Amino acid sequence: MVENRPVLRFIHHLTLIAGVVAVAFPLYVTFIASTHSLESILSVPMPLLPGDQLWANYSQVLTAGSTRGAQAPVGAMMWNSLVMALAIALGKIAISLISAFAIIYFRFPLRNFFFWMIFVTLMLPVEVRIIPTFKVVSDLGMLDSYVGLTLPLIASATATFLFRQFFMTIPDELVEAARIDGAGPLRFFWDVVVPLSKTSMAALFVIQFIYGWNQYLWPLLITTDEKMYTVVIGIKRMIVGGDALTEWNLVMATAMLALIPPALVVILMQKWFVKGLVETEK
Amino acid sequence: MADISLHAVTKRFGDNEVLHPLDVAIGDGEFVVMVGPSGCGKSTLLRIIAGLEEATTGEVRIGGRRVNEVEPKDRNIAMVFQNYALYPHMSVRDNMAYGLKIRKLPSAEIDARVERAAGILELGPYLARKPRELSGGQRQRVAMGRAIVREPAAFLFDEPLSNLDAKLRVQMRLEIQKLHRSLGTTSVFVTHDQVEAMTLADRMLVMNAGTVEQVGAPLTVYDDPASTFVAGFIGSPAMNLVPGRRVGDGVEVGSGLEFPLPEALRSTARAAVTVGVRPEHLVVSSAGSVAGPALAFRVDSVESLGADSLLHGSAAGASFVVRVDGHQAPQPGASLTLSPKPGRVYFFDTPSGRRLAG
Ligand SMILES: Nc1ncnc2c1ncn2[C@@H]1O[C@H](COP(=O)(O)OP(=O)(O)O)[C@@H](O)[C@H]1O
Ligand SMILES: [Mg+2]
Repeated sequence: MVENRPVLRFIHHLTLIAGVVAVAFPLYVTFIASTHSLESILSVPMPLLPGDQLWANYSQVLTAGSTRGAQAPVGAMMWNSLVMALAIALGKIAISLISAFAIIYFRFPLRNFFFWMIFVTLMLPVEVRIIPTFKVVSDLGMLDSYVGLTLPLIASATATFLFRQFFMTIPDELVEAARIDGAGPLRFFWDVVVPLSKTSMAALFVIQFIYGWNQYLWPLLITTDEKMYTVVIGIKRMIVGGDALTEWNLVMATAMLALIPPALVVILMQKWFVKGLVETEK
Repeated sequence: MADISLHAVTKRFGDNEVLHPLDVAIGDGEFVVMVGPSGCGKSTLLRIIAGLEEATTGEVRIGGRRVNEVEPKDRNIAMVFQNYALYPHMSVRDNMAYGLKIRKLPSAEIDARVERAAGILELGPYLARKPRELSGGQRQRVAMGRAIVREPAAFLFDEPLSNLDAKLRVQMRLEIQKLHRSLGTTSVFVTHDQVEAMTLADRMLVMNAGTVEQVGAPLTVYDDPASTFVAGFIGSPAMNLVPGRRVGDGVEVGSGLEFPLPEALRSTARAAVTVGVRPEHLVVSSAGSVAGPALAFRVDSVESLGADSLLHGSAAGASFVVRVDGHQAPQPGASLTLSPKPGRVYFFDTPSGRRLAG
């Protein structure tokens, strides 16, 4: 690729541009559709330039919601999604950090057994255990609640495993230096382990926030009350029956809104995220 | 300040006994160096003193108090590690202050101690930096600062200079010496480098495979090695150790080169005796003028070290290394007559490796 052959270069660029268009075009269409009235979207061919209903559509979904299917305001759904994504991301980080700390720094009976138990659950995605989990959550009366929405998704083998791997790279001498300095396990955790894990935590936060935000199947099962809908479920519930009945302009506006928070998290935390993946501060 | 003593201390990892029963006594304010090849158990011994490792049997006392059951933080010791073990996310100041904060010293006292240590170690300009912004030598100084601020009864050093380049190592060696002279704190220093041991120690403990081979002042150990192991380990280049046979009142090595046995050793020497001569104790002399053994030495190769040159070659079929003045080194292929300095030939019992004593 060092040589400079114009034809080859043209082909390379064409391929790349085609790729970008393939990814970006649906997004563009979604945006365009969210700026038109329902009638103009349903006309053939569909318009490909922005319409004049942007403000009307967005303010309607945010404050009032669709008039068909799910009728809760999307603003409230976004709030639910935010609570869920944050609780899952922060909960996963907290639980995994503590579990990994226990597994690496404490000798207790059956330590390896517990580690492997956690590790094995890596192989069980939410969907596999969804019926029993639903049963438990429903018996505990946690349907249509934030706790029911988040708690079953907080346990995370992946994050525990990642933190374990990271802790294993912390030199033993550092632990010993802290022991001589008089730091007990909890002080060592707060003063050394947590600060050293900051970048890993940031990377995990990004991944888990998006994971939480995009949850579909679990909230679909567990929420029946419109007030508890997350935005992803909201989109699904706004789509009713045939094409003509669905307010596609509002669905598209909701979809655009649903995109914003994960995109923001990625953009704002990009620096940390990359650092967490490539750099270890030791 | 305190003395440290170990009584019949052993250490096992599983079935592997890495320390055989050891008795060590370290005086108050003394600088003791434990030296030995890698894997001989030096670090394990030091970690037992620090409390990072438990002795399998035996007793450890610091300042007269039995500390086997005492946590490291309550043993009133400070340790300096080979890889510095600084907290990467803390500034130099916080690294040094951390242990004091945990002990809840008043912050004015902490500041004063940190400033004083920074002054001694010339770390003043770096107090706000993170360890990764420091050079290896500076990091090692911070690690020492962290030890100093605790004002412990004893410093424990585990190969603290091994990660530094040669020049810095010499410089830090001098600084540690200076520090010990000004603070006078009991220090135990572990190293595999016999030069460090020779230069730093008030007394050194030469260790081999989990046992102490010899204890003594550096020059005593150099002048009077107790075994072939010590003779070969202390001194650079190593002592020439040539296996020989007892013949009459002497020991024959190679083909017909005879070293006379001193009177006192004649009764103890058995059939197999190893003869030891240091490279610096073989002197070039003109043939005929030699009293005692004369080595007809043929030079195979010459290593020039500047001030000195090392001649590698053989006499009577046995290999020797000889140290001569750097400017008067002969060419490879030359033949010389060598004689050992009087009283500088050592005799060891070959099977046991112990020095023959009268
Ligand atoms: N935690 C441990 N578990 C098992 N064996 C160990 C452990 N620590 C040290 N050893 C063994 O003990 C011996 C002495 O080790 P060490 O004291 O580190 O030697 P040195 O510091 O003299 O190089 C080595 O053979 C080493 O393999
Ligand atoms: Mg060691």
